[in-house]
Amino acid sequence: MIEISHVNKHYGAFQVLTDCSTTVAKGEVIVVCGPSGSGKSTLIKTVNGLEPFQSGTIMVDGISVGAPGTDMPKLRARVGMVFQNFELFPHMSITENLTIGQIKVLNRSKEEAMATGLKLLDRVGLKAQAAKFPGQLSGGQQQRVAIARALSMNPICMLFDEPTSALDPEMVNEVLDVMVELAHEGMTMMCVTHEMGFARKVANRVIFMDQGHIIEDATKDDFFGTPRGERAQQFLSKILSH
Amino acid sequence: MFSTFDFSVLSPSLPFLWTGIQYSFKLTLIAMSGGIILGTFLALARLSPNRVLANAAATYVDTMRSIPLVMVILWFFLLIPLLTGNPVGAESSAMLTFTAFEAAYYSEIMRAGIQSVSRGQVAAGDALGFTYGQTMGYIVLPQAFRNMIPVLLTQTIVLFQDTSLVYIIGAKDLLKAAEIAGKNYNRPIEMYIFAAVIYFVVCFTLSQTVKRLQKRVAIIR
Ligand SMILES: Nc1ncnc2c1ncn2[C@@H]1O[C@H](COP(=O)(O)OP(=O)(O)O)[C@@H](O)[C@H]1O
Ligand SMILES: [Mg+2]
Repeated sequence: MIEISHVNKHYGAFQVLTDCSTTVAKGEVIVVCGPSGSGKSTLIKTVNGLEPFQSGTIMVDGISVGAPGTDMPKLRARVGMVFQNFELFPHMSITENLTIGQIKVLNRSKEEAMATGLKLLDRVGLKAQAAKFPGQLSGGQQQRVAIARALSMNPICMLFDEPTSALDPEMVNEVLDVMVELAHEGMTMMCVTHEMGFARKVANRVIFMDQGHIIEDATKDDFFGTPRGERAQQFLSKILSH
Repeated sequence: MFSTFDFSVLSPSLPFLWTGIQYSFKLTLIAMSGGIILGTFLALARLSPNRVLANAAATYVDTMRSIPLVMVILWFFLLIPLLTGNPVGAESSAMLTFTAFEAAYYSEIMRAGIQSVSRGQVAAGDALGFTYGQTMGYIVLPQAFRNMIPVLLTQTIVLFQDTSLVYIIGAKDLLKAAEIAGKNYNRPIEMYIFAAVIYFVVCFTLSQTVKRLQKRVAIIR
């Protein structure tokens, strides 16, 4: 589904990603972790072309990301993305947030878009909030709407960039629950997160990044059993200790 | 002659003064809407990664902002007939001039507005599969515009006051109408006072509106 091979990216002399390669098969859930500034966000944003890269290739469902002939808006419409800061559109109601992509990009009718939107809103447990605006919801609620908005486009895979790290602790689980459910339904997911409980529950593989390199790319059991690298070991003990 | 004011001359000249008021309003409204639209495109051009486009827009804006409005009004009036071969009336010439001139100021406001919308919003629009135009049109510009409404209105107050400068080419605005009526009735002072009151009332009402809007915007945030 997602094939990242030998991707390099730099800002001037500063190398953000160095020779990054990995794959995400259909239905797989991959968790990406690593210290702050290690390039996790950058890597995940290269997958739908929000971040350009200088060399290497990324294929999503057989389509080359950022290649000259690729229709990037069309490709992005098929890849769902959830951001750390939710990024709901504050000037639109929850229903408008959930329908605008369907109407403007997928050319669905208003009625069809509304039906899909409300169904997804119900699914994330927020049907009662349909008429509200993002600013009237809690962080956890906003993030659940953001997930529903991404799902409204019927994505072939989902990218999550630290979806719970801007949330108050008591709201983390309501978002993780939705993600776990998605994973159980077989959604292909690439998640940057430090929620190791989530990783243990649903991840197929865990990727550990440091200074722009992918240092570990292991099955969940291997990763939590015997992480080989010292950096990963240190990192794990740090985030698991609190 | 100045011993007493005689405002009774106002009522017979009101229909004439009204045509002047109408023109001043029309000029303001056209220059405002045209200026905001053109200014938005200038702002987008200035923020675009295309260097040629960005520089062209910047040059236009900076040039307009460095010339006194009176001179622009005069030059447009004198130059357009020379360039097109057709004489343009003072009224139409002024509308064109004000739109072109105000666009430079509105573009700076819209540029600040666009930059006030976070990059995350752009990324969210892009991630949904929007084209550049859709992300701008549905996500960025509505928020930019909304954030900037008080500032845009303040600029419009300045614009309304500046419309009085069209006297230089003889367009019949409120001030010109007052001047003519003043001559006809031999009561210039009363007429200028009337004009001043109209300018004041309109500007004062608008600036009160701005204040109220600013408070409301502050609450939403
Ligand atoms: N636009 C940019 N210009 C220069 N450096 C950047 C830019 N964006 C990110 N970086 C740098 O790239 C590195 C990786 O950033 P990021 O992918 O956000 O890390 P992470 O998500 O793992 O915390 C960081 O050191 C960051 O400072
Ligand atoms: Mg990050």
